[in-house]
Amino acid sequence: MAIPITYNIRNLRLRLGATIMTAMGIALTVCIAIFILALLTGLSKAFATSGSPLNVLVLRKGSQAELSSFISRDAMQVLKYLPGIARDARGEPLASGEMVVIIVLPRRNGTGEVNVTVRGMTPVGFDLRPSVKLAEGRWFTPGQREVVVSRSVHQRFDRSSIGDVMEFGKGKWTVVGVFDAGSSALDSEIWADVNQMSSDFDRQGFSTALLRANDEAEAEAIKNRVSDDQRLKLDGRIETEYYAQQTKSGRPIRFVGTLVAFIMAIGSCFAAMNTMYAAVAYRAREIATLRILGFSRPSILTSFVLESILLSMLGALGGIVLMLPFNGFTTGTSNAVTFSEVVFRLQMTPGVLASALAFALIMGLLGGLAPAWHASRKNILSALRD
Amino acid sequence: MSSMTEDLKKVATGTRSIVQARSISKVFRRDSFEVTALDKVNLDIAEGEFLALMGPSGSGKTSLLNMIAAIDQPTSGELLVLGENVFRFGDKEIARWRNEHIGYVFQTFNLIPVLTAFENVELPLLLTRLTRSERRDHVMTALKLVGLEDRVDHLPKQLSGGQEQRVAIARAIATDPTIILADEPTGDLDSHSATEVLEILKRLNHDHHKTIVMVTHDPHAAAYAHSTRDLEKGMLLPV
Repeated sequence: MAIPITYNIRNLRLRLGATIMTAMGIALTVCIAIFILALLTGLSKAFATSGSPLNVLVLRKGSQAELSSFISRDAMQVLKYLPGIARDARGEPLASGEMVVIIVLPRRNGTGEVNVTVRGMTPVGFDLRPSVKLAEGRWFTPGQREVVVSRSVHQRFDRSSIGDVMEFGKGKWTVVGVFDAGSSALDSEIWADVNQMSSDFDRQGFSTALLRANDEAEAEAIKNRVSDDQRLKLDGRIETEYYAQQTKSGRPIRFVGTLVAFIMAIGSCFAAMNTMYAAVAYRAREIATLRILGFSRPSILTSFVLESILLSMLGALGGIVLMLPFNGFTTGTSNAVTFSEVVFRLQMTPGVLASALAFALIMGLLGGLAPAWHASRKNILSALRD
Repeated sequence: MSSMTEDLKKVATGTRSIVQARSISKVFRRDSFEVTALDKVNLDIAEGEFLALMGPSGSGKTSLLNMIAAIDQPTSGELLVLGENVFRFGDKEIARWRNEHIGYVFQTFNLIPVLTAFENVELPLLLTRLTRSERRDHVMTALKLVGLEDRVDHLPKQLSGGQEQRVAIARAIATDPTIILADEPTGDLDSHSATEVLEILKRLNHDHHKTIVMVTHDPHAAAYAHSTRDLEKGMLLPV
């Protein structure tokens, strides 16, 4: 049997000051790690929960985003009647020609202005996004300069409450409602009538077309049919794949965050190492006594590594507790594809917490290994004299 | 060298000698200096003996004790403990052997400060195959033997020096070892506590037939032993 864990726990308690200081250092590093992971999880979730595998998004050939795409009204007519497109109760094809522009809105907290996506919608567009629900007010009236904003836009931007007026296109648009799009990318948008927007922005066609297939196999067939048709010069993409590709917006966050967390982790490893070296020096005689009682070198090594891991776990728990109030915190980043802000929430999922614990465990292991090795290799006689 | 080991084993079996030292020397090297701690020491300790090793500081008493406990090994010569040349063992085997056969009592008690008296005594038992309840029985028996069964939950800092040393003795005897090695066990104690500790050692030898080797430079303490051997400048003086 190994040296009892109570020995390590009580020793950590005995050197409470050093334990707390080291654990706090680790906690801060874990905070950074959780922050980055929760951000990336939130961002991934925003895109992963966006779209439907039955929807095919059509863009101009070569275009990577809705903003830079154009589809003529003639092409839209062709798309509507492609084989495999689902129809509504009235027998009309479930195909929506939509227009996407970006406008600049000031943030509520006064930290500047950012690009926000405005989507010109058709009534079919609502049918194609059944998860989007009206939260407050009413939907816009076709033919009127009215907009409905997402809940996140409403929370984060000025002039986005019901009754407020936004200025874009050729005039003033009144906010008449707030919609709830869950954690999806649509939660960063403003919706208005597509025909009114076409008129305001002098556009004769659409930015994109969204087509609903009868099933996933048909969706794949429609996608290929659109892309292969040389007359249309358009590209079809499954809507979920289009959004999934946008998760690359999180790459800068991932890079900077990983770098910061890595540098801090090195610092925390050294802090843990320093604390454990001090513990080994302070307990040299105890180590010698344990050896004389019959505990082997591996037992000593294991015991001190375990103590270092306990220390780092304490720090990890501290970090988790410090970050809990930020769970669900809404933030935004610039979407490299749409050039507008995508809003998402910090998500401290079980996976994020498990990763943070694993991160702390590695710090404890790396920080504790050298001092523990030193403890296990101590000469009994010289340790007894320390 | 190996024939010498065989000869010693035969002698050990015949006379029930527990410790046999043949011409053992220990030389410490520090920079360019050499210090001889033990110089060709020959010693036999019989089973059940209570031997006091006396001598001034630096005479090699503790070095000899540490060699019997396999904490240190001689530079030359042959040492058999319980018929074994333990220095042939690996680290793990030496640790196990020490746990089974040796009980060590330190001058400074060396109890683990964060563990209670019970937990301190239980420590060496954690390395045995005893069950939890068997370990508890062993610990309580050992603590009763030293008269501290009512101090099981006390931390070392809550005990007097004499009580700490009695817990240390309980820890040394918990595994029922063959040999108890005590290095100046009364060196840090007042005379009353010292007498209590010496009485316990005497009882362990007399009633429980433990072989005891005690290092001391206190003639009063040495009087509790059956026999006394003196060391001076690393050499064992004739009886």
